[in-house]
Amino acid sequence: MNKIPNRQAVCETLMELSATDPDIVVLASDSRGSASMAPFAARFPERFVEIGIAEQNLVGVAAGMAASGLKPFVTSPACFLSMRSIEQVKVDVAYSKTNVVLVGISGGVSYGALGMSHHSLQDLAVMRAIPGISVFLPADRHETRRLVEALVANPQPAYVRIGRNPVEDVHESADFPFEIGKAICLAEGKDVTIIAAGETVRPALDASLILEAEGIFCRVLNLHTIKPFDREAVLKAARETGFIVTVEEHSIHGGLGAAVAELVSQVCPVPMKIVGIPDEPAIPGTSAEVFAHYGLDAAGIARAVRKLTQC
Amino acid sequence: MGIQSEQNLKMKANQIRRDLLHMVHHAKTGHTGGSLSSADILTTLFYDVMHHDPVNPDWPARDRFILSKGHSVEGYWNILADMGYFPKTQLETFSKFGSPIIGHPNNKVPGVEMNTGALGHGLSISVGMAIAAKMKKEDWRVFTLMGDGEQAEGSVWEAAMAAAHYKLDNLVGIIDRNGLQISGSTEDVMALEPMDEKWHAFGWHVVKVDGLGTDG
Ligand SMILES: Cc1ncc(C[n+]2csc(CCOP(=O)(O)OP(=O)(O)O)c2C)c(N)n1
Ligand SMILES: [Mg+2]
Repeated sequence: MNKIPNRQAVCETLMELSATDPDIVVLASDSRGSASMAPFAARFPERFVEIGIAEQNLVGVAAGMAASGLKPFVTSPACFLSMRSIEQVKVDVAYSKTNVVLVGISGGVSYGALGMSHHSLQDLAVMRAIPGISVFLPADRHETRRLVEALVANPQPAYVRIGRNPVEDVHESADFPFEIGKAICLAEGKDVTIIAAGETVRPALDASLILEAEGIFCRVLNLHTIKPFDREAVLKAARETGFIVTVEEHSIHGGLGAAVAELVSQVCPVPMKIVGIPDEPAIPGTSAEVFAHYGLDAAGIARAVRKLTQC
Repeated sequence: MGIQSEQNLKMKANQIRRDLLHMVHHAKTGHTGGSLSSADILTTLFYDVMHHDPVNPDWPARDRFILSKGHSVEGYWNILADMGYFPKTQLETFSKFGSPIIGHPNNKVPGVEMNTGALGHGLSISVGMAIAAKMKKEDWRVFTLMGDGEQAEGSVWEAAMAAAHYKLDNLVGIIDRNGLQISGSTEDVMALEPMDEKWHAFGWHVVKVDGLGTDG
């Protein structure tokens, strides 16, 4: 079992890159602990900016810093960053084109037992609708590292959503082809495609193994970049496999499944199932319990695939 | 600083007021009141106080200006054009279809640092710029113009706290105390006084000047 959560991978990667890139700065809103950013703050105190519990100011300040040539990484709970600060994201970051990387920590139902105030299940819908900002959900610590490296090398307005808990590795190491905007095909099946992002990628892969034993061969697409959207990979999957199941730790409205459906329904319609959190305040519990309840775990995804392909 | 005679600045501010009235009349749209009340402030900043170079708008050492009350853009556009940031003929496209010279600051236009228009954002941006200047050990300054009605936005006070916390002596926040906002007097809509004491309590050095005049 991997013990390194993605937030720790963000901190470790930024610390390494900061040794040679003097423009990297990190901002937090009384969230350095939950963001795993305390080591960065201790090592680079002059490049760590504490804003206090003021998420609007957090994003505005970061935008001002980016406009002055720095590379700010804003680390704050996804639930607040994607709601309380959203006008600053829209105007100061996306519209003004400032290269702020917003790292939404404890995303989705990471804070499962804390209730809807702390869930971020609408963030993808909101961010995706704003022109000029890229949206990412890295699947594991290795992908998180590659993404952070790419964003330091190519600064851009970006929202990166990561979870709180360690997730099982999807990649064996950080040595794999990674490109912003290019989905990663993790299994090449021809019967049906499962499209996942972030913390649902590992369960999607596990579901494909369960189904393989039953003679259903799944293609598994890891859509780490929700925007810009990899149209080609998704259309290819629709054409070649004929069925698509999307799996997201997000409302069934406006997120990954919606993005896929918007494209597929207009260009190459195929039967789809959008697996996600229904339109209700998510049930409290640990991430694992909530995933199992809504069918985001391997068994639930396998069930959704069987049901769709046998209809 | 202070190289312009008061008389010159007064004449310039009057010219800007005339030009912006012409602009709003011609386009049949605009926020006249806040533009008229800020004409002297903007004139003094751009023609006298700030270090900037219209020929080289991205000059790294320039002082930064953020129009937090972004709706008061008409005077700003006229000043930028008058100083040569873009051709004066472009002013005629104000608010026209597809024009970059819109009803709020637009950073696609040379001389404009950031897009504003949603009130309560400018001071945060300016705090970020002032922190960046300090981090980079550069000595340019940041000037922000806010409205008095805008003071009701909570984010203004988030930024005010942060500016004091980080001891940003390279940041100047200006409030156009014209006493009015859309629905009437600021004191009727949401009482603001004692405004100076509020800012003082937030850790700022407060100076009151006559904003309708150039000798403040
Ligand atoms: C967040 C936000 N809310 C509302 C508005 C609409 N609005 C534009 S100007 C204005 C009044 C501003 O009053 P004040 O700050 O006093 O500006 P001034 O008097 O200098 O024009 C309002 C409510 C806005 N631009 N942004
Ligand atoms: Mg006013």
